[in-house]
Amino acid sequence: MRTQTTGPALQLPEKHYLNATYGIRSWLLTTDHKRIALLYLASVTFFFFIGGFFAMMIRLHLLTPNGLLLTPDMYNRMFTMHGVAMVFFFLIPSIPAVLGNFLIPLMVGAKDLAFPKINLLSWYIYVVGGLFTLWSMVNGGLDTGWTFYTPFSTLYSNSAVAPAVVGVFITGFSSILTGLNFLVTVHTMRAPGMTWFRLPLFVWAHYATSIVMILGTPVIAITLGLAAMERVFGLGFFNPAMGGDPILFQHLFWFYSHPAVYIMILPAMGVISELIPTFARKRLFGYHFVAAASLAIAVIGFLVWTHHMFLTGQSTYAAVAFSFLTFIVAIPSAIKTFNWTATLFGGSISFDTPMLYAFGFLGLFLIGGLTGLFLGALGVDINIHDTYFVVAHFHYIMVGGAVMGYLGGLHFWWPKITGRMYPEWLARIAAFILFIGFNFTFFPQFILGIMGMPRRYHMYPPEFQIYNVMSTAGASILAIGYLLPMVYLTWAAFYGKVAGENPWPSTGLEWKTQSPPLTENFEETPVVTWEAYDFHNRPDLGLDVPSGKGSPVVAPAHGDD
Amino acid sequence: MHRTGALYGQFKTLEQQKDTATLGMWIFLVTEVMFFGGIMLAYTINRHTYFHAFAMGSNTLSLGLGGFNTVVLLASSFTMAMAVWSAQTSRKKLITLFLSLTILLGFVFFGVKYVEYAQKFHHHLVPGKNFDIFYCVNNPAKCDDIDAADMAKEKEEIEAAAKADPDLNAHAQLYYSAYFGMTGLHALHMVIGAGLLFWLLKESVAGKFNAEWNNPVDIVGLYWHFVDIVWIYLFPLLYLIDRHK
Repeated sequence: MRTQTTGPALQLPEKHYLNATYGIRSWLLTTDHKRIALLYLASVTFFFFIGGFFAMMIRLHLLTPNGLLLTPDMYNRMFTMHGVAMVFFFLIPSIPAVLGNFLIPLMVGAKDLAFPKINLLSWYIYVVGGLFTLWSMVNGGLDTGWTFYTPFSTLYSNSAVAPAVVGVFITGFSSILTGLNFLVTVHTMRAPGMTWFRLPLFVWAHYATSIVMILGTPVIAITLGLAAMERVFGLGFFNPAMGGDPILFQHLFWFYSHPAVYIMILPAMGVISELIPTFARKRLFGYHFVAAASLAIAVIGFLVWTHHMFLTGQSTYAAVAFSFLTFIVAIPSAIKTFNWTATLFGGSISFDTPMLYAFGFLGLFLIGGLTGLFLGALGVDINIHDTYFVVAHFHYIMVGGAVMGYLGGLHFWWPKITGRMYPEWLARIAAFILFIGFNFTFFPQFILGIMGMPRRYHMYPPEFQIYNVMSTAGASILAIGYLLPMVYLTWAAFYGKVAGENPWPSTGLEWKTQSPPLTENFEETPVVTWEAYDFHNRPDLGLDVPSGKGSPVVAPAHGDD
Repeated sequence: MHRTGALYGQFKTLEQQKDTATLGMWIFLVTEVMFFGGIMLAYTINRHTYFHAFAMGSNTLSLGLGGFNTVVLLASSFTMAMAVWSAQTSRKKLITLFLSLTILLGFVFFGVKYVEYAQKFHHHLVPGKNFDIFYCVNNPAKCDDIDAADMAKEKEEIEAAAKADPDLNAHAQLYYSAYFGMTGLHALHMVIGAGLLFWLLKESVAGKFNAEWNNPVDIVGLYWHFVDIVWIYLFPLLYLIDRHK
């Protein structure tokens, strides 16, 4: 139904998943995927704050070349805990556990995921893993880098390695169970008429992500298990003095950790694939290619791990092979980027907040992705490996890409999740602040990297100071950009304007039920007879569809902004 | 989501529930393959690099006990398959019988494993401070469960290996780390499997399984067969390679 922009205010539906039952037990023992998504939202936001705190410590310390804030040992702990908290406890779960859990049953037309109790279990496993890692942090933290390289982590580090390793090990199972749930749900729980190629690309993206989760995460589990055994019982797999090989650890570690970055970005790409058609009112260009590209990224992503190890003394032939594959893995991402852009062409574009995040994603992911190619080129990598160039590269993708996708998705689906709209103008301002803050934080780091500033160093030559100061200043602006949505989205959940079933309007099945949805999602199982993103053949959306071929669908007027 | 009989609320039909649970178990088994694969990779690489020490290690394992355990597990997979068949054909008493036999065979496996582990402990072959691959050869009186002929052979082999590999003790410790790691993980999975089997036994006694609904027996069967297959890999990898006794 088209949202009325004038006339009497809408009312929230009488019964929905938030008021279906009351009390703390109804939340902590829920099997409703929507409530579990909100449990995850609270926990990943908590770890985002933890990771953000450590980031603040890093940037404050690096304001001066000799580092006045922290001792070198403490600095090592700061960047390590920042990485561990952000990678394992924020980025990997974020979009799949929050948006994926909430939306996938709605998008396929099911009442819940395939295994609702396993879904709840996966949240508890996440919490237990998180508690172990917090235990490590409270006991002095970890100083090995989030990569836990041996033999430092297994033999020489005097920090709380074992609890952190156990924490990450446990949390991995949360990831595995989520991936398992998604894969099975997409296979067996689709509503009648919801064929594979009518699925939203958000679902395809999560399907590909789930493949990576279930194939990759067990490998980090056994790797960390062996490392923990080595530290506690003195085994010797990674200890040269006993015949072991630290490089074996690196191979095993990166075999998961490279695909892990695709776990972080594929869901964000899935969000973008939903935002762009909605706010351009045009079907996604090259649906099949984008779906196939998601799978291609998942598969080829398993073949490139050694590009993290170009400087370990490996054979030139191996390095060439992995460099070549690294270039190949960029191709499906490029296909997607071109297809998103082509979707915009001839569309009827509006600049709502989610679309602003999508535009931010397009530009920043492009820069992050291209700089990945520079790093994949062997001769160049020799000079920029382990410098701030790498740091800037992955932050452009993980923050400029994945986090923008997460925020864009949160804004886009907030009316569905809460039944209420966020304040649009404030949100647009926050998006701009975030974008500006982000670029001020991380662009100087590319320059620092090229100039030769190594990463993970607590001090630097004085000529680098100007860029470090710029980066820290940018980080303070970025922080405001994150705090604002946390405040107004929370406010909007209780006091925002009631949104109705389909405020944008958008074409997905999730928008054909009330906001917030019933516990069982749909009053009756939907029967799907339309293609994905088919703005031209959806009269139920109430959009103005001109009859001339190729004329864009007219964007609805906004009454209140 | 509430249950109506055997049907969970998120499903429309028992058929959908069965397909979903079965697919879920297969995907879980894929994750287990990746999990064991990691440690098998570490083992394989080290086997290749330190083949003298690893050959020594393999030859200290009892072929008899390992072989017996292999037969026990294969038999337990057979009884498990019979339990599945019994469920599919609504033979209630037979389900209980075959599940019990499977559990029993599992416990026989654990018993043999205990004997093997105890032996390793006595021979100072557990990785850690007291690890010493030369212990039995230097103290034949302490290792009285090895007879004289075998002891002589072991002495000969260990001297040859030590000449070829001056760091034999350190490298042999890698073998035993892998041995305990792999068989320990396998045993842990068997314990979980035994737990699942006890649960199935309870449900079968309560008459829950018949031709119309027997999926839990089926998917626990899949898990049990997988644990068996892991052992089928472990047995040759640990016991049979470079065997000359």
